[in-house]
Amino acid sequence: MIKIRDLLIQRNGYDVLYIDSLDIAHGETLTVVGPNGAGKSTLLLALARLLEPARGEINFAGKSLNDWNELEYRRKISFVFQSPLLMDMTVEQNVALGLKFRGTPKEETRVRVRRWIRRLGIESLSKRRAGQLSGGEAQRVSLARAFVLEPELLLLDEPFSSLDPPTRARMLDDLSALIAQDHSTAVFVTHNLSEATKMSHRVAVIVGGRMRQVGPVRQIKARPADEAVAAFLHELPHEPMI
Amino acid sequence: MLFDSEIWQITALSIQVSALATVISLLIGLPFGTWLALGNFRGRSFLLSIINTGMALPPVVVGLVVAIMLWRSGPLGDLRLIYTPIAIIIAQTVISAPVVTGLTAAALEALDPRLQQQLLGLGASRGQMVWYLWREARLPLLAALMAGFGSVISEVGASMMVGGNIRGQTRVLTTAIVLETSKGEFGRALALSTLLLVLTYLINLALTWIQQKGRRADWQSAPRKRL
Repeated sequence: MIKIRDLLIQRNGYDVLYIDSLDIAHGETLTVVGPNGAGKSTLLLALARLLEPARGEINFAGKSLNDWNELEYRRKISFVFQSPLLMDMTVEQNVALGLKFRGTPKEETRVRVRRWIRRLGIESLSKRRAGQLSGGEAQRVSLARAFVLEPELLLLDEPFSSLDPPTRARMLDDLSALIAQDHSTAVFVTHNLSEATKMSHRVAVIVGGRMRQVGPVRQIKARPADEAVAAFLHELPHEPMI
Repeated sequence: MLFDSEIWQITALSIQVSALATVISLLIGLPFGTWLALGNFRGRSFLLSIINTGMALPPVVVGLVVAIMLWRSGPLGDLRLIYTPIAIIIAQTVISAPVVTGLTAAALEALDPRLQQQLLGLGASRGQMVWYLWREARLPLLAALMAGFGSVISEVGASMMVGGNIRGQTRVLTTAIVLETSKGEFGRALALSTLLLVLTYLINLALTWIQQKGRRADWQSAPRKRL
């Protein structure tokens, strides 16, 4: 579904991410791991077409991103950021936002919003305004807002990093179940290897602005591709929570 | 009689001129301020510094420049606008547009910059993104409107210079106060001043009510986070 070839992203004239080759199959969840500042979020921004590559190409559904109409492409994806970034409106209105952008009829919007609010377990919050929610509640709203769009590609940028460990574990379970049920294609960014193991079979490791290795976690742990990957794995703290 | 028909005519003209100048400033300042806040181009900081300087433009300097432009022998003299209410509106717009522009840019720059990416990531078009950013910054944007109106309803220098304070035509509250004071008619000057203050207060009260209504709704629905 996604093919990345010879991709170079620059910011302020500096190289911040290079990926030689990466394929993501339809219905697959790829987890991207790496230390802070490695370039993981940059990859998501490039996939969302919010950053233009300096070189190389990203293909989506057999077509280069440059050949897609920008708005048409962005309406096939959905992005969940590290912080929920909810608008100053009610939970229901927040969840409906992307559908409103797409001009979805009101009745259909109402049905879909209600369905996803229920699936994320936030029915009791639907009339509350964003400012009234706890961190975990707000992140659930943010997920509902992304899932309600039934996107072809879901981009998740460390969506649980600001939550406490028990909430995080619960949300991770819910998220992996939702992705599995909906057969969504997803790219999930984290710097936590146990989250990566939980979310997907295949993991991509980005260190120092380069994608170093792609494969199952067990294989990466057993045979790191280079010293940078080995050092990243070595520096990881124990992650007993999941 | 302190409040004769002439005073009501002066008051009505003051409201019309300043309200129109504020609306035109809003039509210029909102998109321009948005472009400055969201744009990423060379010379942006320079333009912002010019706008910020424009926020403190002395009205008499604006009056002088607009008068030179509209003077019969000036570049726009053929339009015959000098000493007309339109001339006052032009001068007041020059005064308040930078205020609205600068405060709009500041209001949008105060938002989380990732909000733009989030809205685009949810499939918003550029227009939808801007609309929702305005919505999110509506309280400081209303403050920008209030500041823009405040900067023109109370100015006297420019209105005097380009309007000429002509009785029944271009006399507004502030120029009338200057005239009455120069004649030693302190009673009338005080009455006009009171009227100007009450008028300014009522208009700002209405805008503040709209602004605080939005804030109150947030407060009432968000007790946990705010308390």
